[in-house]
Amino acid sequence: MVQCLPHTLDLSFAALADATRRGIIVRLGRGDASISSLAEAFQMTLTGMKKHVQVLERAGLVVTQKVGRVRTCRLGARGLAAEAEWIEAHRALFEARFAALDDIIDEIEEGSHD
Amino acid sequence: MTEHVEEAGGPPNPTSVERRGDRELIVTRIFDAPPRTVYRAWSEAKLFQRWWVPKSAPISLVSCDIDMRTGGRYRLEFGTGGAETMAFYGIYLEVVPNQRIVWTNDEGEEGAITTVTFEDLGGRTLLTFHEIYPSPEALEEALQGSAVALPEQLQQLDGVLHDL
Repeated sequence: MVQCLPHTLDLSFAALADATRRGIIVRLGRGDASISSLAEAFQMTLTGMKKHVQVLERAGLVVTQKVGRVRTCRLGARGLAAEAEWIEAHRALFEARFAALDDIIDEIEEGSHD
Repeated sequence: MTEHVEEAGGPPNPTSVERRGDRELIVTRIFDAPPRTVYRAWSEAKLFQRWWVPKSAPISLVSCDIDMRTGGRYRLEFGTGGAETMAFYGIYLEVVPNQRIVWTNDEGEEGAITTVTFEDLGGRTLLTFHEIYPSPEALEEALQGSAVALPEQLQQLDGVLHDL
């Protein structure tokens, strides 16, 4: 049973503090995947991947379902995490871009003085 | 009145990123130079190529063709380390030098329309980068993996582009 307790938020912050788990969220955003294919994609052991998925599952970010011998993972209903990730990815990208643009602008400005 | 901003040491101006509604992304940033300078760094391929891809990114801009005029085309080719490159391309829908550039993003099926404006703040420039997606679903798809930030996504897109 999923419980909507306040500490869910803490759990999702903890879950997303890890780069691999953020990567898993992004990967699942493109489509459902089995634990073994995730382990392969992130080059880690099955056991290691299971642990990451459990953390995400406890936070409600990922839902898993076992069909036969394969456990499939998909994003949980809390799609907000993906949005926050996306905003952060863009912020990091544009900050880095614009810092480089600052340098070029300085260069142009210096060159334009007579 | 002459004001000189200290060039060395100061922190960079803040960059704001915002999602508006279910189809738009807006990035704003102030630059300590007039619009003509910022526009020049955006419209000349040799300059653009030097800042568009951060040094920390796992990709590099290997070629950059910019025909900056209304109706002109652009094509950016990125390398991801291997021999293959992937292209981002589109058409400039509107170019008003020193003020405004609007372009399409045609590499995907439901590409955004991007508008950059350069607003004169008396020697400084307020830059606004605005993307509008054709549908909430298209933005949702972009949300799930930023093509610019994720090499995996780039490789996947590369495969799609090859099939076109």
